[in-house]
Amino acid sequence: MYYLFFIVKNLGRKKTRTILTILSILVAFLLFGLLRCLSVAFDAGAEIAGEDRLITINKVTLIQPLPYSYLSKVRALEGVENVTMANWFGGYYQEKKNEFPQFPVDGDTYFDIYKEMYTLPAEQMAAWKSDRVGVVIGRALAQKFNWKVGDRIPLVGMFAQKNGGTTWEFVIKGIYDAKEKRADTGMMFMHYDYFDKSRQFGEGTLGWLIIKVKNPAQADQVASAIDALFVNSFSETKTSSEKDFAKSFAKQFADIGLITTLILSAVFFTMLLVAGNTMAQSFRERIPEVAILKTLGFSDAMVMFLVLAEAFVVVLCGGAAGLAVAAKVIAILSDKFAANLPGLHFSMAILLDGLMAMLLLGLLTGIIPAIQGLRLSIVAALRRR
Amino acid sequence: MNFNSITQIFIITWMNLRNIPQRLGTSAVAVFGVACVVGVFTGVLSMAAGFERTMRNAGSPDTAIVLRAGATSEMSSGLDYETTQQVANLPGVAKDEVGTISSAELFVVVDIAKRATNSSANVPLRGVQPEAFKVRHTFKIIEGRNFEPGKNELIVGRGAQKQFANLDVGAKIKLGQTEWNVVGLFESGGGVAESELWCDAKILQAAYRRGNSFQTIRLQLTSPAALKELKSAIAADPKFNLDVQLESEYLAAQSEPLSKFIKIVGYPLAILMAIGAIFGAINTMYTSVSSRTREIATLRAIGFGALPVAISTLVESLVLSFLGGIIGSIVVYLVFNGYTVSTLNFASFSQVVFDFAVTPQLLIQGVIFAAVIGFIGGIFPAFRAAYLPVAAALREV
Repeated sequence: MYYLFFIVKNLGRKKTRTILTILSILVAFLLFGLLRCLSVAFDAGAEIAGEDRLITINKVTLIQPLPYSYLSKVRALEGVENVTMANWFGGYYQEKKNEFPQFPVDGDTYFDIYKEMYTLPAEQMAAWKSDRVGVVIGRALAQKFNWKVGDRIPLVGMFAQKNGGTTWEFVIKGIYDAKEKRADTGMMFMHYDYFDKSRQFGEGTLGWLIIKVKNPAQADQVASAIDALFVNSFSETKTSSEKDFAKSFAKQFADIGLITTLILSAVFFTMLLVAGNTMAQSFRERIPEVAILKTLGFSDAMVMFLVLAEAFVVVLCGGAAGLAVAAKVIAILSDKFAANLPGLHFSMAILLDGLMAMLLLGLLTGIIPAIQGLRLSIVAALRRR
Repeated sequence: MNFNSITQIFIITWMNLRNIPQRLGTSAVAVFGVACVVGVFTGVLSMAAGFERTMRNAGSPDTAIVLRAGATSEMSSGLDYETTQQVANLPGVAKDEVGTISSAELFVVVDIAKRATNSSANVPLRGVQPEAFKVRHTFKIIEGRNFEPGKNELIVGRGAQKQFANLDVGAKIKLGQTEWNVVGLFESGGGVAESELWCDAKILQAAYRRGNSFQTIRLQLTSPAALKELKSAIAADPKFNLDVQLESEYLAAQSEPLSKFIKIVGYPLAILMAIGAIFGAINTMYTSVSSRTREIATLRAIGFGALPVAISTLVESLVLSFLGGIIGSIVVYLVFNGYTVSTLNFASFSQVVFDFAVTPQLLIQGVIFAAVIGFIGGIFPAFRAAYLPVAAALREV
């Protein structure tokens, strides 16, 4: 406590300088918090993907359909607990910029396979099943467009109906919530049966299969068994774990992780120089005082500790404030972008990473003056004046 | 301000600048800080600029594209054969000795690994009709030859060949049950077509079981003004359910979401970094003033004015920031300009290959940015220098 008082007094000597240094560190850690959250959000799909789920797509590409018969063939395989499917809908609401993900699915199996991620009240499920043109939507999507159960939603889809029209009218029958915080509640699900019977082209095909395996340890075997089943057929398949699928999809966009790491390195290197330089300078100005401390009986190690502690105090003040601001900003943004970037939130892991970065930055900025303090010879230092 | 004070400004500023080597450490930190900020700023925005350039280079002002009404991209459009034939013969479409200059096309994506990361990517594959090469004026085969109609042959855009694995001329590539020969490499004015693989539309229809349907049709207009004529002809016929627009407008709309996203992230990022750098710069200049306390007080004592002293501090800050801005710009230009990357454009659900474009405009923006940092960083210390109490300062050590 006593030493802390001493350190704070020393920092208070040139208030402007200390405040400016703390502020620049604050900015660095604010950036750290924001960019790390963004980068984590992009990988969130892979993070929360189930160990026991596989995705089967057409080997040629994701957009190429698979025959509907694959569903029952895969269901019959050993090691498969449950199978469901989904298809693209690719529609928008009123204006082209209002695009959001919509998928025709089989409601029962879909919500069963994803039961640890989404919940839908039983009566809404029943109501949905009893209405051909019924849909269920996620909470974030409902908030984005201010939709409620019972609303009629016309969507312009990429699939034409039998009569040639591309406007599909749906009725909201339920709103699902996320059980796992980062799960995507920006989607809409409609009945595949209705969709398939109404579309002009492509009847009897589906987009991709989602498989729940009995034993996650056997996921790889099951995946190979599925692909082996359809080898040399017209529609060969590619089956991967949901995690790998989500990862490779995120990678298609960009290596966000690499870009943020590069930017943060530039920021931190600059901060290291700015803070380090300030520390070194304030130490130089106080060399005679340090010599007096040593004359009074402070040990070399104690002097080193005091100088180093000063650096830590500055970095921790700035860093903690920066992360706090980042957490606040992320909280605001994650509400706003819940439908677009569901994984955006400030996690414990980011906080710990931030703490590590603070300790490292404190050590690096304080170490040179600290060693100078350790080695300082009293006589030489006092003479310098 | 009289002539005398202008001379004074010059004298003190020049003295200040010559003394920078004595404060090399702090000054270098300020320069480096600004360089980093300008570097990141220019680097991030050069991504957006490069992407936009690629998307916009492709469209020529007299090419129209027709999609099914309401389709958000080529991928989500669909046209039957009869419609493509009827549209091609509407007024406003240019003709030559063979017929109308129009190309009905199919647009799909195929899963090919990225060269650098070996991770899968949605590579666009376009099936075109022979007139496609007339509709696109900038198209040119630069290696090998064009595909022959009716054969499983592919030609590959320059960007696609750079980014995606196994697309060299002479390579064989299996997509589904079909094996394709890569027979040529093409360029198309640096546009988005260079991210694509092209083949004969008929072959692609068979390989993807598309019957005799297409997704879009590109038309050469007799003149840019003929779009109006074409539009009203399409609107007049109730059997058409189509959208027609200039290709350049279509591509601009396709590029908007992604470049907007880069800018939404990029500008706040740059501004936050700049605020950090401003703190650094203010610190540097305060240090510069405090280390010259006695010098400044002496100058004031022998008759130099407060204003010249303040201006000299400001100029020092500006010079350091300019230096940083220029260093940052040069480094970014050397490292990033022309660096090729690819990303998934959500609007078309396919990969777009583009180069970072460090444009002169971005460089100028970067240097202006640096000047703003220098100005804000210098103004407060300049006041302090000007209001230094002369007598007290002279006593300082």
